[in-house]
Amino acid sequence: MTTYAQHPPLLGTRDRLFTRPYTVLLFFAALGIALIAWRFYAGLGASTALTDGYPWGLWIAFDVVTGTALACGGYAMALLVYIFNKGKYHPLVRPAILTSALGYSIAGLSVMIDVGRPWLAWKLPIKVWTWNVNSVLLEVALCIMAYTVVLWIELSPAFFEKFKESGRPWLQSFSKKALKFFDKALIWIIALGMLLPTMHQSSLGSLMSLAGPRLHPLWNTGFLPLFYLITCLAMGYAIVVVESAFSATAFGRKTEIRLLNSLGTFAAYGTLLFVVLRFIDLALRGRLGLLARFDLAGSLFWIETILFTAPLIVLLMKKGNASLGTLLRAAMLVAVAGALYRFDTFLVAFDPGPGWHYFPSVTEQLITVGLVALELAAYVAIVKHFPILSGERND
Amino acid sequence: MSATRDYDNTIAAHLERSGVSRRDFVAFCGKLMVAAPFGLAITNVLDVEAVAAEVGAARRPSVIWLHMQECTGCTETLLRPVAPDLATLLFDVISLDYHETVMAASGSDAEAALNDAMKANDGKFVLVVEGSIPLKDNGQYLKIAGKWGVDRLNEVAAHAAAVIAIGSCASWGGVQSSGLNPTGATGVDQIIKSKPVVNIPGCPPNPYVLLGTVLQYAKTGTLPELDDQKRPKFAYDRVIHDHCPRRPHFDAGRFAKNFGDEGHRHGWCLYQLGCKGPVTHAPCSTRHFNDIVDAWPIGIGAPCFGCTEQGVGYTIALYETVPIQRPLGPDTYPAVYAEHKGVSPLATGVAGVVGGALVGAGILASKKFDNVGGDSETKE
Amino acid sequence: MDTDRRSLLKSLATAATMTVVSTPAIARERRKAPADAVALLYDGTKCVGCKACVVKCKETGGLPADVDGYGGGLYDAPEDLNESTRNIIKLVKDGEETAYVKRQCMHCVDPACVNACMMGALGKRQYGAVTWENNKCIGCRYCQVACPFGVPKFQWSKTSPRIVKCDLCVDRIAEGKQPACSEVCPRGAVIFGKRDALLQEAHRRIDEDPDLYVPKVYGETELGGTQVLYLSHVEFGKLGFRFSDDKPVPELQRSVQHGIYKGFVAPLALYGLLGAVMFRNRRSEDK
Repeated sequence: MTTYAQHPPLLGTRDRLFTRPYTVLLFFAALGIALIAWRFYAGLGASTALTDGYPWGLWIAFDVVTGTALACGGYAMALLVYIFNKGKYHPLVRPAILTSALGYSIAGLSVMIDVGRPWLAWKLPIKVWTWNVNSVLLEVALCIMAYTVVLWIELSPAFFEKFKESGRPWLQSFSKKALKFFDKALIWIIALGMLLPTMHQSSLGSLMSLAGPRLHPLWNTGFLPLFYLITCLAMGYAIVVVESAFSATAFGRKTEIRLLNSLGTFAAYGTLLFVVLRFIDLALRGRLGLLARFDLAGSLFWIETILFTAPLIVLLMKKGNASLGTLLRAAMLVAVAGALYRFDTFLVAFDPGPGWHYFPSVTEQLITVGLVALELAAYVAIVKHFPILSGERND
Repeated sequence: MSATRDYDNTIAAHLERSGVSRRDFVAFCGKLMVAAPFGLAITNVLDVEAVAAEVGAARRPSVIWLHMQECTGCTETLLRPVAPDLATLLFDVISLDYHETVMAASGSDAEAALNDAMKANDGKFVLVVEGSIPLKDNGQYLKIAGKWGVDRLNEVAAHAAAVIAIGSCASWGGVQSSGLNPTGATGVDQIIKSKPVVNIPGCPPNPYVLLGTVLQYAKTGTLPELDDQKRPKFAYDRVIHDHCPRRPHFDAGRFAKNFGDEGHRHGWCLYQLGCKGPVTHAPCSTRHFNDIVDAWPIGIGAPCFGCTEQGVGYTIALYETVPIQRPLGPDTYPAVYAEHKGVSPLATGVAGVVGGALVGAGILASKKFDNVGGDSETKE
Repeated sequence: MDTDRRSLLKSLATAATMTVVSTPAIARERRKAPADAVALLYDGTKCVGCKACVVKCKETGGLPADVDGYGGGLYDAPEDLNESTRNIIKLVKDGEETAYVKRQCMHCVDPACVNACMMGALGKRQYGAVTWENNKCIGCRYCQVACPFGVPKFQWSKTSPRIVKCDLCVDRIAEGKQPACSEVCPRGAVIFGKRDALLQEAHRRIDEDPDLYVPKVYGETELGGTQVLYLSHVEFGKLGFRFSDDKPVPELQRSVQHGIYKGFVAPLALYGLLGAVMFRNRRSEDK
């Protein structure tokens, strides 16, 4: 297995943490936290636009479902590096794991804010005898909980590498022992870190199929798990491209443009596969006729298709030699396409009947923005203090 | 002699002395309970015996009744209940110390009676005003006993404990205030600002509303809860439309279209004939007139013209239909697909701004990297 | 390395095909109503819209009046089922044709909400009634997403919100009484009894009066069958019953999930495979 000896991560960036942009992030994060307090004081009815017709809204569709898909960078990179043994991508793994760990933690926090009685969440992993094993949501919830823990464990070597240089002897020896343990056990932890997202990212897809006849046939299919899995991997690679480009530039590093080109190409092929399979699925179910209708559902389907295929066209035209700007645009397209697909499944394809309307309230939106800001702020803080990024400095 | 002043001045005692039968008194209290089932302290008890006890224990309130620009209909409504005993009863329950229509005295004797009554009950009597007060041209369009009406009102009100404006004229000007209002007819509460004023509009109003208010004041010293137009809530909190016996016909869409047609004979809803019930706050639908059941306009097939409501009565044409402010039908049954909370335009706007900002920032940021990699650089 | 990629893709493909293959098998094993299944039969032709059942349900359940509209709207006149209304009468107007329809939980034979609920707060319990238990609910609202009739309602205004829906008055049934609504109905429009007996009665009424009734008992097989049955003189679609397919709602998702996760074989196999591949990769590196 490729070790970090070949690509030593640098110990933080020694840059100042509280820059102007950083303070802006903190402002939005603080605003989000204040609004979360208000949500608990005033109740869900007063702070959100959620209703009995639309019980799931922005926080589920974006924060949890899209957020975890965008946090699949760690999963996608782990597959590439540890299963397909492409060691050259190794430097991109640790930052991807960090993004994933933070992304899943924020998604978990969003769930706690969204459910009616978050203080009972402890019952889920503990009270095994009450589990309804038929519930897809149970599997999703347990897998996400477990995966979040696994991600932080996978990331912990970065923390221990710094702690073993610390002044405190007990911390030093503990860190050294931990790192030795990880050397042997990491395989089985990483394997778990690939099993768990395979399970729950696909199950996130099948969640909405329980809406049955209330889910629009353009989205409702038995292949939802497969579709969600493919798109989450594509989104994972796309996010790694985005995150590497910005981190490298923000923290003064050379970008590994060749690697990023490859990742972008994987993402693009993934989306092509998804689009093709989707059309095949529609044909098999005899629903191709729905595409001729340009109602809201039909139009959004076409928009999704365009957003999913455009990146591939762009990248194929550049024949693996795209500039970083092009790569970024393609990656962002993939991310937006995947996000739109998820929004559509959960909010647009879901039809509770006439008379029900939903659009996220200002509070819901600001809390989401605040949580993303919190995640970005945490990312920057950790990157600046722990050995996450590697590669040559750009000075 | 002071000894004569010590006699029991409660209503119960006075009724006994006047020889009014207990049965008639209890019947009167029953009517009061029907007229004011809630919102009055004296009827906030369980049975009619309890009301009788409450009312009986009250001291007979001294009432001074002034007439301004009026038709005397409000007085007539008090005197015209079918049972003549009741009229007598009224004058035993309240001590009507000055009333130009019914008092025996006239001329300077009448004025002396007024002054005596004011002195004897200074600060304690209830002033009831009937009729509107003209204010135009210094109030010269009404002169009583050598004084302008407005001055007379101010003088007497200064000594009153509370003022009740009975009838639409005293409440807001009534019929004289409609159209050009040549006399500048005004309601009492626009003139008297320093004393509590209760408006009991109607043309005429229901006498039991007046009695309930006065008796409450006599027993507890408080006035009933009033709305923003100073009308007692226990009688004026609902519009006729919300308490009309013909409402099921409205809900079912059955209307009389012409007087005497089949619908009219069947007693169907009078809305299309111009009934102002939907915009008129009044107690008439449950408290009928002259103690006769169904003796009220809609009850006899005449559409309500909104006599209590300023801006409606004597203002909107009789056969003109009015808009209905309440949520419409089916009023009593939800539809198969109910309409729920809509989308907030503000939220949509915020989302647009946030989304647009993110997309714009993404594109702009990516442009900065256009010169990194690609055909512009050679790679290892 | 090609072999590893191939085997990984193969296991994904197997999972996908298994779902397609196993679906028809699962369809054959459709759930049936339990042996002690009770039911309500609502005959829309007898209902007069008096709403005695709505009132009695609120009383029996100790639910508060709907006062949101008061002062500008109507007092205790809910527009729909909600957090304080578990049973409602709606008016159907179709030109000159009118009908009333009683809406409450349908107590499905194969309930989507029960399938959804993570901790088993919602369960199909005694007499086949679908009931909700307070101490198991986390408030995730997946049941609201699942129910095709839009029945479970959430207490959006409360700090510790509950799910509110009809429970078929199981407590009363256990005491030998009837559900409150069927007991109080002055015209016998809604009656209570064993599901089989009520189905027989419903068909008997249709046979006796074929010009009056729509020739279907809604709930007999729709969405897998329900324990609240409907007779009507108006098309069921107009009454707000949007779906008439016989397939139970949880069927697709359940067949996909079972196909992939049956016996937990696939996840364990995948884990083993991933571990084995990484182990081999590391060993070839160390050489």
